[in-house]
Amino acid sequence: MSEVRAQDQAAYDAHAVRAEFPVLMQSLEKGLRPVYLDSGASAQKPRAVIAKEREVEEQYFANAYRGRYSFGARIDDELEGARTKIAEFLNAASSSQIVFTPGATAGLNMVAFGWGRRFVQAGDEILTTLMEHHANLVPWQQLARERQAILRFIPLTSDGRLDSERLGEVLNERTKIVAVCGMSNVLGTVNPIAELVRRAHQFGACVVVDGAQSVPHLTTDVQQTPMDFLCFSGHKLYGPTGVGVIYGRSERLEEMDPILFGGHMIERVWPDHSTWAAPPARFEAGTLPIVQAIALGAAIDWIRQHGLDRIHRHEQSLLRDLTTRMQSLPGMTIYGPDTPHKGAIVSFRIAGLHPEDLAAMLDRRAVFTRHGHHCTMPLHDLLGVSATTRVSLGAYNTTEDLDALLEAVQFAFQKLRPTQRA
Amino acid sequence: MKLNELLEEYEELSDWGEQCDFLIDLGRDLPPLPEEDHTDCNIVHGCQSRVWLTTELDAAMDPPTVKIQADSDALIVKGLIAVLLAAYAEKTPVDILETDITGLFERMGLHRQLSSSRRNGLYGMVERIRSFAARSLSASVRTVP
Ligand SMILES: Cc1ncc(COP(=O)(O)O)c(C=O)c1O
Repeated sequence: MSEVRAQDQAAYDAHAVRAEFPVLMQSLEKGLRPVYLDSGASAQKPRAVIAKEREVEEQYFANAYRGRYSFGARIDDELEGARTKIAEFLNAASSSQIVFTPGATAGLNMVAFGWGRRFVQAGDEILTTLMEHHANLVPWQQLARERQAILRFIPLTSDGRLDSERLGEVLNERTKIVAVCGMSNVLGTVNPIAELVRRAHQFGACVVVDGAQSVPHLTTDVQQTPMDFLCFSGHKLYGPTGVGVIYGRSERLEEMDPILFGGHMIERVWPDHSTWAAPPARFEAGTLPIVQAIALGAAIDWIRQHGLDRIHRHEQSLLRDLTTRMQSLPGMTIYGPDTPHKGAIVSFRIAGLHPEDLAAMLDRRAVFTRHGHHCTMPLHDLLGVSATTRVSLGAYNTTEDLDALLEAVQFAFQKLRPTQRA
Repeated sequence: MKLNELLEEYEELSDWGEQCDFLIDLGRDLPPLPEEDHTDCNIVHGCQSRVWLTTELDAAMDPPTVKIQADSDALIVKGLIAVLLAAYAEKTPVDILETDITGLFERMGLHRQLSSSRRNGLYGMVERIRSFAARSLSASVRTVP
């Protein structure tokens, strides 16, 4: 407790945090330091996470839930320890509500086809938004086609927020599923999940939250906000690739069908049929990404050690600073709402500079951003552009990173502006 | 610019920064594609940036050569298009099918500098040009008495 209080009082030292990430401490060609502004795609890993992966591989790796020998027992403890850490991080009532998956995409598909296929009937409605990542849109399209259900979209405001006032137009007793991201990976919009859950539950709808972007930046409390399912990925949470999580309310997990069948997920197998183990094992057929799942536990420890609230405040302060500085650039359009309604993502276009050219110029300054449609084609259609440039921030970004970005944008102006013939 | 001149200049350049500037300059000098050719059916898919491409057989030449015009909304892509057009300049369908574009781009180190999706776009363009060449070839074979 006293540790937490002391931590709250100490100023957040982004340089010290950055120094925990070996990949960011390198010196690149021409003495440039990497300015990593693509955490929304994948965050970098602190030394503690890398060390944990190494520890497992070098000291006690074995398959999980199988060996009675000492390595196997240690692996089981570590894996269940990671599950418990994740449950605590989300304030889940029990670690049995935490299912390890290969990632957010896999989790959303498992919910769509494990829960949705069982409960969605012809004529039912699935409510989602046009700001979803394809991972939280395409599975619902497929389910809707298969079940002859209807896909509907919560209207957006002109600045890219969900229009709560118009929610009544699309939410009704036919709504079976509401699938929404906690935070948009392009606009940065933080969605009012608590309100959505409350209103969706009035109609008995099941709320599936794509937490891929929100879980790394905002405190998630699954009891205070009783969403039905929450899916996210480890690699955006300073953890490894290949592992993710489904959190599910116990009664929802109980009634969800597995979509992968095989070892570990069964209770008893006969030649012609089988019965299933209880969740979470029911949804964890085959060998898990053991090392990655354990290291995800270390990533959660790392986040809790620094405090997600403090990381969030730091990111928001960088975000405000960045937004102000970017808005003063000529021809700048930033997509999405103002800073109080969004997390640490800025997607933009600069008139006369193509995102692809801009990204190449920024790369020459070792400023790593992302450009394209960011797996949100319908959103880009809505915005009326084929591509945007996206800057996404993480715990390790500093004011110097923003300086480097702004300097690199000036460099791009110089090189790419039509009047400036080299 | 002719391909050999282009390569000569390019290979003088010492790093990616200079090469990138050179490509941008080539892009700026790319002959414009007529506005009416910027149509959806001339768009090459697989690009993060948009590429428009037209191909026609220039029957005034003997043997007929393939006339290619292209444009992109991104300058660097326009530069890459300029390289491609130099490699295919005034070539017959047979010559086009025999041109080793992958080898050329590898020689220029551009396979590495390009993001995979951008490369797909470029290779998508190559695919279209090659299939046009193959089609005109089989058409001309059929018209031979
Ligand atoms: C909002 C959102 N949902 C889902 C995903 C998919 O995550 P993954 O590729 O790890 O499965 C992403 C990743 O970009 C995302 O940003």
